[in-house]
Amino acid sequence: MATADEIIAARGELTREQLIPLLQEIQEAEGFVSQAAMSRLAEALRTPVSRVYGVATFYNQFRFAPLGEHVIQVCRGTACHVKESLALAQHLKRRLKLRDDGSSADGRFTIISVACLGACSIAPVIKLDGEFYGHLTVERLDALLDEVEAGAEAAA
Amino acid sequence: MSITINGKEIDVAANETVLQTARRAGIDIPHLCSLDWAPSPSASCRLCVVEVEGLPRLQTSCSLEARDGMSVQTHTPRILKARRAILELLIASHPQDCLTCVRAGGCELAVLAGDLGVRERRYVGAVKEHPIDISSPSLWRDPNKCVLCGRCVTMCHSVQGIGAIDFVGRGFQTRVAPGFSVGLNVSDCVYCGQCARVCPTGAIVERSHVEGVVAALADPDTVVVAQVAPAVPATLLERRTKTQDVHTMLERLAGALKHVGFDAVFDTSFAADVTVMEEATELLERIQDNGVLPMFTSCSPAWVHFVETHRPDLIPHLSTCKSPQQMAGALIKEIYPAYAGLGDKRLVVVSIMPCTAKKFEAQEQTGVDYVLTTRELDALWGRFGVDLAHFAEPAPLDAPFAQASGAGRLFAGSGGVMEAAVRTAHKLVTGHELEGGPRVNEARGSEGARHFTIAAAGVDLNLAVVNGLGRLQETLDDLLAGDPPVHFVEVMSCPGGCVGGGGQPYDTDGDAVHERLERLYDADKRSSLRTSHDNADVRALYEDVLGRPLGEVAHRLLHREYVDRRPAVDSVSV
Repeated sequence: MATADEIIAARGELTREQLIPLLQEIQEAEGFVSQAAMSRLAEALRTPVSRVYGVATFYNQFRFAPLGEHVIQVCRGTACHVKESLALAQHLKRRLKLRDDGSSADGRFTIISVACLGACSIAPVIKLDGEFYGHLTVERLDALLDEVEAGAEAAA
Repeated sequence: MSITINGKEIDVAANETVLQTARRAGIDIPHLCSLDWAPSPSASCRLCVVEVEGLPRLQTSCSLEARDGMSVQTHTPRILKARRAILELLIASHPQDCLTCVRAGGCELAVLAGDLGVRERRYVGAVKEHPIDISSPSLWRDPNKCVLCGRCVTMCHSVQGIGAIDFVGRGFQTRVAPGFSVGLNVSDCVYCGQCARVCPTGAIVERSHVEGVVAALADPDTVVVAQVAPAVPATLLERRTKTQDVHTMLERLAGALKHVGFDAVFDTSFAADVTVMEEATELLERIQDNGVLPMFTSCSPAWVHFVETHRPDLIPHLSTCKSPQQMAGALIKEIYPAYAGLGDKRLVVVSIMPCTAKKFEAQEQTGVDYVLTTRELDALWGRFGVDLAHFAEPAPLDAPFAQASGAGRLFAGSGGVMEAAVRTAHKLVTGHELEGGPRVNEARGSEGARHFTIAAAGVDLNLAVVNGLGRLQETLDDLLAGDPPVHFVEVMSCPGGCVGGGGQPYDTDGDAVHERLERLYDADKRSSLRTSHDNADVRALYEDVLGRPLGEVAHRLLHREYVDRRPAVDSVSV
């Protein structure tokens, strides 16, 4: 997969209008936007690093830390909220000892809060590594996590 | 072309905004985000809204071009109500520590609240809990006091061309911060302090040295001396002081400083005269020995910091001269204890400067213990009950550095170092003074970059004066590639030079900078001593202590080295 440096180099002559598409492309390739990548971008665009960082932090779509092995998207849309998705989110935070960057203390899990996953009929819903899991309760969520962790141990 | 404001017809200039037209007519429309220093307003604070005939909605006057025939109302009940609501929302999440805030008594936001009749908090918003950044030796930031007007960002990006800080995040979490939210001390910041000078609240302020100075003054075993930069008296004349003479003001300031306990007061312009001797000699030596040219001045610490952190490849171009502040500090520490018979007493040197970057400089070098900005002086007067406007007990400047030339005074303004250096360089090269008098018109003015040539003994000296770091970065390539080659470049970091410095009063505008420059020109014109090399105290100093310019002792006391301060790894990948 292309690195940030290669992505920037491939563009040739750069203008500041390309900042957001480049940030998106770098995140696509590397899973997140690193400080190193933002510094390179600032250099290439001849713009202060504070501006690159300012633009990147304005948008929810950009991540500044790498994704864990397992990615859990927690739906916090209206339907899921009514079905108490907050309890799920809070439980994940406690159980996985989430850091400020949204990943678990051991870095294996990354939790992303999403406004709506488009599966309201099975609310509250999460998406774990691309699979939907609906009608969740804290107990069912725990069982799911136990399974993922056991699976990882079995594989090891 | 004219517009009507509140029923009165007022002529408008080309490309003028309604806000500007109104101000010329003596009508003050409140505003936070727009700044005289930068042309394009963000129109984000909304306080400057006005009614325009024919337009249903309120318009922001800072971004509204005054067009012929326009009819504007600036203070109708509808407008006043809107402005009040805007301000109430602006302060809804503002901390309530106004009594103990560093801006207490002089807060622009508090003044606005009074002007707009906000006398209670109708809305109580969430409390901001951003970390306070005290990492910088020059500037402290408290983002919780920030109203996000963006003036600091405008100064940093559009005027100074540095861009160390910008808006970060979104919504209620929005704050102004350096890239990656690091501390200012490891950001792109060069400590010029232009952000602090325009901040309407206490969100960015100089790192205060007042308590250190007060403690030193209270210690009987410590002798405390001050050195005062020439920009300071040129500025204090704005305070109802009943004199318009820089030297008279300086002597009054010396009197007030001695009244609060300073043992001696020196004029940093004296050290500027010494700087001229060293720098002019260095320039001529570089020209003679095919040294690195152009040589850039090194008086402005934010510029020096810019070179060390952004362009270390330019280090060989920087004059090795310390700044006048540091020359003065070194000379005072070397000479004064024996001269004044201080014995075992500790000597503390306090500089009074128009500058925040000087605080960083003082921390990096020996010679100066504390730096007070022009603004911090007010805290000192307040502590000791000095009313500077009425304080009439002048004191002469102290020996052995009592005399300063008009040339040394000019260091406070853009072009002044160049003018002083040209006067002396001409004498050093040709053996006689400038023909047609000491005034060097070409160095004066307010343009961003001024190029000129002075002929001296068959040599054409190609010179340039650059006003402000923003302009510097635009012209740097031309200066380095100059054809014919440029010999000497004066760089001052702040617009207008030190008189527009980051430690100067909050109400500094373009007019104030201009008036301060005029006072310095006037002080020079009326001085009987116009050239650094004719300063008797400077001559005595060379005879008794320094030997010759660039000599061994001068080298040890008055010159310095520079460091490449770029981070070893340019960024940490998290």
